[in-house]
Parts: sequence; C-alpha cells; structure tokens
Amino acid sequence: MSVSWKKRVNKIGISIVIVLLGLLFISPLLWMVVASIKPETLIFKDMGLQSFLPKQATFDNYLAILFTDSVNFLKYLWNSLFSVGMIVLLGTIVNSLCAYALVKLKFPGSGFILVVIIALYVVPFESVLIPLYVVVNSFGWINEFPSLIVPFIAEAFSIFLFIQFFKGIPNELEEAAQIDGANPLQVFLRIVVPNSKPVFATAAILSFVTHWSDFMWPLIVATDDSIRTVQVGIQYLFTDNNIEYGQIMAALTLTTIPVVLIFIFFQRYYVQGVTSSGVKG
Amino acid sequence: MEWLLSKIQGEKSHRFLLTYEQQKKWLGFLFSVPALVLLFTFLILPVGLAFVYSFMEYNMLNPQGKTFTGFNNYARLFNDAIFFTALKNTLYFTVLVVPLQCAVALGLAILVNKKVKTAVIGRVFFFSPVVTSMVVVAILWTFLYNVDSGLINSALNFFGIPDQPFLLSEGQAMNSIIFMSVWQGAGFQMMIFLAGLKEVPETLYEAADIDGANVWQKFLNVTLPSLKNVTGFVLMITTIQAFRLFVQPYIMTNGGPSDSTKTLVFMLYENGFQFRDVGYSSAIAVVFFLVVLSISLILKKVLNQ
Repeated sequence: MSVSWKKRVNKIGISIVIVLLGLLFISPLLWMVVASIKPETLIFKDMGLQSFLPKQATFDNYLAILFTDSVNFLKYLWNSLFSVGMIVLLGTIVNSLCAYALVKLKFPGSGFILVVIIALYVVPFESVLIPLYVVVNSFGWINEFPSLIVPFIAEAFSIFLFIQFFKGIPNELEEAAQIDGANPLQVFLRIVVPNSKPVFATAAILSFVTHWSDFMWPLIVATDDSIRTVQVGIQYLFTDNNIEYGQIMAALTLTTIPVVLIFIFFQRYYVQGVTSSGVKG
Repeated sequence: MEWLLSKIQGEKSHRFLLTYEQQKKWLGFLFSVPALVLLFTFLILPVGLAFVYSFMEYNMLNPQGKTFTGFNNYARLFNDAIFFTALKNTLYFTVLVVPLQCAVALGLAILVNKKVKTAVIGRVFFFSPVVTSMVVVAILWTFLYNVDSGLINSALNFFGIPDQPFLLSEGQAMNSIIFMSVWQGAGFQMMIFLAGLKEVPETLYEAADIDGANVWQKFLNVTLPSLKNVTGFVLMITTIQAFRLFVQPYIMTNGGPSDSTKTLVFMLYENGFQFRDVGYSSAIAVVFFLVVLSISLILKKVLNQ
C-alpha cells in the first residue's frame, strides 16, 4: 500500500511542478494580453502580480489600433493573410504534384531531381537573400504582392513531406484505378489526394505558420505601407513614438491570434509537422 | 487535358497499360515542372548568383558599374574588424543557446511525458511561445527588459536584486537575447524529444527498476541512449537555427550596444540593404553558407559515431 501511496504523492508533486512551470512560461504572453485590455496609464504602473490582473478592462486599444485612420494595422493583417494564404494554396498544389510525379510516376531523371531537392533543403535562406532580391527586382516585383508569394510556393521541405507520405500509399490502389481507365491526373485526384489528407494538412499548416512569422524578406521587399505585412507592420508601430503601449500590446495579440487558432484546431497535424522531420529522418 | 492525353496516347496503341506508362513519363515531367522552375529561379539561381556577385564590385545604387574584382571582397572581409566581432557574437550565441535550449527542452519533454493529467496543459503552455512569432516575442521582451518599468526588474527587486541594464549594457545584451531565445524556442525541441520518448520501450525502464536503478541512473542509462538519434537531430537543427540569429538583435538592440549583438546575418543585411553593397554582402553570404554547411557536416560526422 505504501508504494502506491508514495506514487500518488509523486504524481501530485509532478502535476504541481508542471502547472507552476507552465504558468511561469506563459506569463510574458499573459502579460501581453492583459496589458492590451488595460488603460494606458495602468500598464507600467501596475507591478508584480498586479500587472497580471486587469481591474479595469477596456477594448479601446483594439478599437484604436484597428480603426484609427492614421494606423493601417488592419491593412497589414489583410496583406499577411492574403500573401500567406496564396503561398499555402499554390504551394500545396505545386509541391504535392511534384512529389507525386517523383514518387509514383518515376519519369526519366526523377531520381536525380529528388537528390537535388533534398540537397536544396540545407541552403539557409539568408545566404540567398541578396541575389534573390536582385532576381525579384529584375521582375519589377518590389513592393508588389508577387514578391511576397511566388518565391515561396515551391519548397523543398514540403515536397519532402509529401514524398514520405505518398511512398506509403499502396500501388494496388492506383493500379485498380488504372484498370478502370483513369489517367495519372485522375489517379492523383481520386486516389492519392483523398488518401493523403493528413499530410496536406501538415504541409499547409507548417507553411502557414512559417510564412506568417516571416520578417526579414518582407522587411526588404515590402517597404511600401500599402503592401506591408503584419510582422513588419508591428515593428514599424513599435518604433513609432506616437503609438501608445496598450495599442502595441493589442497589435501583438492580434498578430498572434491566427496562429494560436490554427494551433488549437489543428494541433495534431501541426505537432506532426514538427516531429515528422525529426524522428523519421 | 483529356484531349491532350489522347494525342499523347496516339490512335494506334490499344494496350492500355503500355500507354499508361507513356502517360506517366509525360505527365510526370509536366507535374514536376512548376516546382522545378520555381526552385530553379528562386533558389538555385540565387545560390549561383551569390557566388558570382561575391567576386564582383556591385552596388545596387550603381547597377551599371558591375566589375569582376577577384577576391577583393573576401580580402576586405577578412580585414574587417566588424566581421570578426559578428562571427564571435554569432558563435557565442550558438555555443550558449544550443546546449541550454536542448537541455531545457529535454527536461520539459521528460516532465510532460509523465502520466499525469496536467501534462497536456504543460505541453500547450511550454509550446505556446513557439507559435508566437519572433517579432512579437522580441517586441514584448523589449518591454519586459525595460530598465525602469520592466516586469523582470520589478521581479528582481522583489527578491532584493537591484535593477539590471539588460539590453542597454554591452555585457548583458547578448545574454538577455539568449535567455529570451531559449524561452521562445525550447517548446519546439520539446515536441521532438517527446515524440522520441514515446518510442522508448517501457520494458527498458521496468528492467532498470528490477536492477534497483534510481531516477538519475535510469535517465543516464535508459533515456539518454534511447534518444541518441533524436538528440543528434535536435542539436543539428538548433545549431543551424542559432547561426541565423537576426530578428532579436534587429528589433531589440539594433546590433548594439557597441556592436555587442551584431551577428553575421545582421552584418549581411546591413551591407546588402542599408549600404546596398551587393558584392560585399554576397561575400558574407557565401562565408555564412560555408560555415553553416561545414558545421552541419562536422556535427553529422561526430553524431554518427
């Protein structure tokens, strides 16, 4: 009996440690959200534990950041949603088709292309930053949406994810469709896609989260206020002395919400994306 | 598409399987073309251009005046004191952040792998800084690190520790960035470790229990060896990630005070987009690429043994 009693005490102890440590971990984010609904004068006046308690809650900061004419935050949010949405949509189509062709259609040269794609995965983005700018500039895309979208549609890692999944789909399924007279495109649409929903979700979510957070590239190609993305936008607000702190906190919170929503609703696929590369590779 | 296919198939062929093989060749090529064209234009070509530009005198303000100047940019780089400061800062950040972040991540993973009800909450809480973008995190922590009104100093005061300068001091700025980066990123590696821990067979722990091993011995002799591959992978991605340090110094310190947080990527950005010096910046990019590549190759070699 004493062993199981000891185990229970142990479990309670661990539970308490997890909760306390967890609260400590999210306290900066908690403070951000609480500060965003506080009147400006209280944000840095409240200290200690009090800074986590909004005695007076107000949505003025949110209203101000979203609907003041001189601040284009709503526009920044839209610019990010649009460009990242396009990357995700076009990227999933292009990368999955490419992976399907490389794994299932095996045309001459596909083996070599596969090796090249895997090799490309090791190139850090920063090392192509300047020449990429020169290329995009030569297309006349600076301060245009294509500069935020087109370079990121094809992605080696995404192709790699699809390849790993498609390899697991039994060839018998495809052969059955072939006998029914389907061509390779129909096989892809009717057999491969419906059987690969998890990897489509993982690739799409990973791509969304990655590009939603992008900063360096938009910083250099989207300098114009009308196309500025949300990450560059909040940095811009942060350096603007006329903006109140509470409004910045509201902007930070709003910037985080889309990703948090994705994390909550698609947690399983997201975590799969984080780990799939690690454990299998 | 159907029309095109019937053209490709031709009218003579009646054996279906053979024509499907032909279709595979054509369509396989066709389906991979969009991705390949994009990868070539926006990744392979720029990699090549980075090498070419690094041997050129090329300023964006004077695009007509491009001339090949051999190893001039590299010679300038290796005589540039700022380059060595940036390299030193990047290495300092990497050497501290990688072990710290991996250790914290492993500790958290072991904690939330316990079969207790709060483990799920723990996973969400520890992972939540990861879903928050680095820009948001950096802005937020600039407020937290504020000398007079920041939350961290007020917490330190509570324990009787006087105000610290944090981002304003040459000695503390990089350490402050390291602390924040560990907090932001550890949840990511935690998830990978957690997936690895789930694969460790329960029987190994039971056997260790029978041998009378204590918690620490079980960690050293069962957990760590079982996580060998996962740890190798985590070390690798964390190291590469650490080398790319840019957003934090850009937002929090602008590379200062007195260049104490200036990194390689920061220098690359500065030369490329503030001084518009494509040639010099490309030389930095090539050196950066080679350093990252050789570190990952060395790590791979070491970890495979």
